[in-house]
Amino acid sequence: MAKYLLLKHYRGAPAAVNDVPMDKWTPEEISAHLRYMNEFAARLEKTGEFVDGQALAPEGTFVRYDGEGRPPVTDGPFAETKDLIAGWMVIDVDSYERAIELAGELSAAPGAGGKPIHEWLEVRPFLAATPTITECPHR
Amino acid sequence: MNEALLRSLTPSVLGILVRRGADFAAAEDAVQDALVEAVRVWPADPPRDAKGWLVTVAWRKFLDATRADAARRRREDLVDEEPAPGPAPTVDDTLQLYFLCAHPSLTPSSAVALTLRAVGGLTTRQIAQAYLVPEATMAQRVSRAKRTVSAVRFDQPGDVTTVLRVLYLVFNEGYSGDVDLAAEAIRLTRQLAAAIDHPEVAGLLALMLLHHARRAARTAPDGSLVPLAEQDRGRWDTELIAEGVEILQAALARDRLGEFQAQAAIAALHADAPTAEETDWVQIVEWYDELARLTDSPVVRLNRAVAVGEADGPRAGLAALAALDDSLPRHAAVAAYLHERDGDLATAARLYAEAAHKAPNLAERDHLTRQAARLNARRCH
Repeated sequence: MAKYLLLKHYRGAPAAVNDVPMDKWTPEEISAHLRYMNEFAARLEKTGEFVDGQALAPEGTFVRYDGEGRPPVTDGPFAETKDLIAGWMVIDVDSYERAIELAGELSAAPGAGGKPIHEWLEVRPFLAATPTITECPHR
Repeated sequence: MNEALLRSLTPSVLGILVRRGADFAAAEDAVQDALVEAVRVWPADPPRDAKGWLVTVAWRKFLDATRADAARRRREDLVDEEPAPGPAPTVDDTLQLYFLCAHPSLTPSSAVALTLRAVGGLTTRQIAQAYLVPEATMAQRVSRAKRTVSAVRFDQPGDVTTVLRVLYLVFNEGYSGDVDLAAEAIRLTRQLAAAIDHPEVAGLLALMLLHHARRAARTAPDGSLVPLAEQDRGRWDTELIAEGVEILQAALARDRLGEFQAQAAIAALHADAPTAEETDWVQIVEWYDELARLTDSPVVRLNRAVAVGEADGPRAGLAALAALDDSLPRHAAVAAYLHERDGDLATAARLYAEAAHKAPNLAERDHLTRQAARLNARRCH
C-alpha cells in the first residue's frame, strides 16, 4: 500500500474543461456536486482506501521567524499567489495506477449544467517510511 | 450494559478516591482503568452495586499503580491504610471536579478534554475521535492538563462561569464520530444543575435544550443546513422545548439575569412561534439589547441587526449593520440576507458569494454558495 495526496487547487492548476464558478451554478447542481464528493469518499472508506479529506479556507497568512525575542513576522494573504490549495484527500492504495484512476473519478464530479468539471487534480505520492528489510531480492 | 449509568458514576467515584488521599492525577487514571474494566466485565457479570464495584476496582487500580510506582516508599503509609468504604458527600465532590477540570489555569481545549474524561467518563479514544485528533495527542493533552491543576487544592471553591464556558464549548462542537458531544454537554450540564443552584447554570441548560430540540430539523437528508425560517417546525422536539422553557422561566423569575438566560430567552421566543412569520421579533430585539448590555459583544450586535431587520424592516437592519465593523465574522452573510430582503438581489448575490469565501466551516460555505447560486439563477432567468 502507498499513500497519495490528491490536491485540489483554488488557483495554480490548469483551467478545468467545465470552468464555471460555483455561485453561477444552480442550487441543484451544487447539491449534485456535493453528493458526488460525499459518495466518493464514502465509497473509498468502504474499499479501505480512504485516509483523510479536508477543505481549506481560501485565505491564509505567511509567517516567518524574525529573530530571538521578536514576534514572528506575518504577511499576506497575497492576491497574486500563484498556487492556492483548496483541499485534499489522502488515499492509501495498492498502486500508482489506482491513485490515478481515483483522481480521474474525483475530477469527473458534476459541475455547471450537471456536466463533469474535468478539473485538474494534482496527485503526489507520500515519501514512504524506510522499509525494515532493505536487501530485497526483487529490487 | 448501561453506559450512561456507568459514566454518570464517574465523578462521584473519582471524588471518593481523592478524599481517601489519592492525588487527582493518579485517581483519575485509576477511575479510567476501572471504567474500561467495567465495559469489559459487566455485560457478562453485572454487579449489584455498580458504584461500590467501581470504587473497589478503581481503588485497587490506584494501589496497583502506586505500588508499581518508583515513589513507592514515599506512599507506603497510604497503601497500608485500607479505607472504610463509607458514603462520601458526592454532590460536593462532583461540583469540585467541575471546578477543577475548568480551572482558569487551563486552556479551553485542555479544560474540555479533562472535563469530558474526569467528569464525563469518556475514554481518551472517544474524546480523540470526537475532536478528530490522534489518540496519543489527546492523551498528552489530558495528562498535561492534570499536571497543570496538580497544585490546585480539591476543596478550593471555583468559579461556575468558567465551568459554563467549557460546557458551552462542548455543546457547540455538535457531534462527529460515535460520541454525541451535544447530548454529552446536556448530560453534564444537568448534572451540574443538580449540584449547584445558579440561574446561569439553568440558563445554559435551557439554551442547550432549546437548541437541541431543533436538531432533527436543522439539516436536510443530504447534510445541508436548513435555516431557522425554513425548518419544519413539526420536527422540533416539543418535550425538550417544554423542559427548556420551564427551566428558563424558573431561572428568570430569580431576577439575576445573565447572558445564557438571555440567549435562552431568544431561543425560547423562536421555539414559541408556530411559524417563522409569527416570530415575536420585537421581543427578540429587546433580548438582544439585554445581551449587548451584558456582554458588549460585536457578534451579539451583528445578530441584533438581523432581528432589527425582521422587526422594523430590512432598511432598519442595514442601518444597524452600518455601525458595525465589516471584518466581523459573518458580517457579509448578514448583509447579504438584509439586502435580499430589501430587494437588491445583485448586491445580495455578490455578498453571499463573499460570505461563502469567508465561511468558517464547510456546511456554512455550501449553504452560502447555494444562496448566491439561487439569487444568480433568479436574476438570469
